[in-house]
Amino acid sequence: MAARVQREAFDVTAEVSALTAGRSDIGSVVTFTGLVRGEADGRALRSLTLEHYPDMTEAELLRIDAEARDRFGLLGSLVVHRYGEFEPGDAIVLVVTLSRHRHSAFEAAEFLMDYLKSRAPFWKKEAFADGSERWVDARESDGSALARWTASATQK
Amino acid sequence: MSDSRTDAAQGQTLTVRYFAWVREKVGCAEEVLEVPVGVATVGDLALWLAARGPQYADAFQRPGVVRAALDKVHVKPAAPIRGAQEVAFFPPVTGG
Repeated sequence: MAARVQREAFDVTAEVSALTAGRSDIGSVVTFTGLVRGEADGRALRSLTLEHYPDMTEAELLRIDAEARDRFGLLGSLVVHRYGEFEPGDAIVLVVTLSRHRHSAFEAAEFLMDYLKSRAPFWKKEAFADGSERWVDARESDGSALARWTASATQK
Repeated sequence: MSDSRTDAAQGQTLTVRYFAWVREKVGCAEEVLEVPVGVATVGDLALWLAARGPQYADAFQRPGVVRAALDKVHVKPAAPIRGAQEVAFFPPVTGG
């Protein structure tokens, strides 16, 4: 279980190798990588800047990660989130989940992304090819995605 | 407002941090202030800040939009600030 916040790029293959080295209990590894899209609302994006709240970010990512581990009985997990300025195509977030069987690894990866999007203290600012800039608005759908997990917890 | 005898935070030194467009509107990333009389909760502090000047009013003008964290944990406006070291105000998060 680990969470990192960093400027540098990450290497998915190296991260997965490090998580699985010397283990024979893991049957499934799911990775999710989030990239910067080159357009927003039909406008060409020049760059994306990610601001975060140092210290709180790490703490919040670890809380989210621990919640996923408890809920899905994971054998391991990793969240890496980058901050700084990025160009279209850059990878900015990585989630890796490890479990005995695939179902919980898939579900946990989706859970981690939904939680991260609505809880981790990051803010995106878009700079467009025409020189204008704007802060990205929180999407209503991210809140609804989170509500899905909360509802399923209530039903248990 | 809460019971002033149990929740009073006045005189306490607090670091206030701002992020993203809240930071841009307020015009600074961080400031240290003494908690004023009558401010017991995070919501009280937001209201007090909003009345502090045009740039603060602009940052806090839409009630319920600006979020808060107390000592780096997400909180609701009703959270008491007594004993806290740091409060942060920011827009809804957009990471991932």
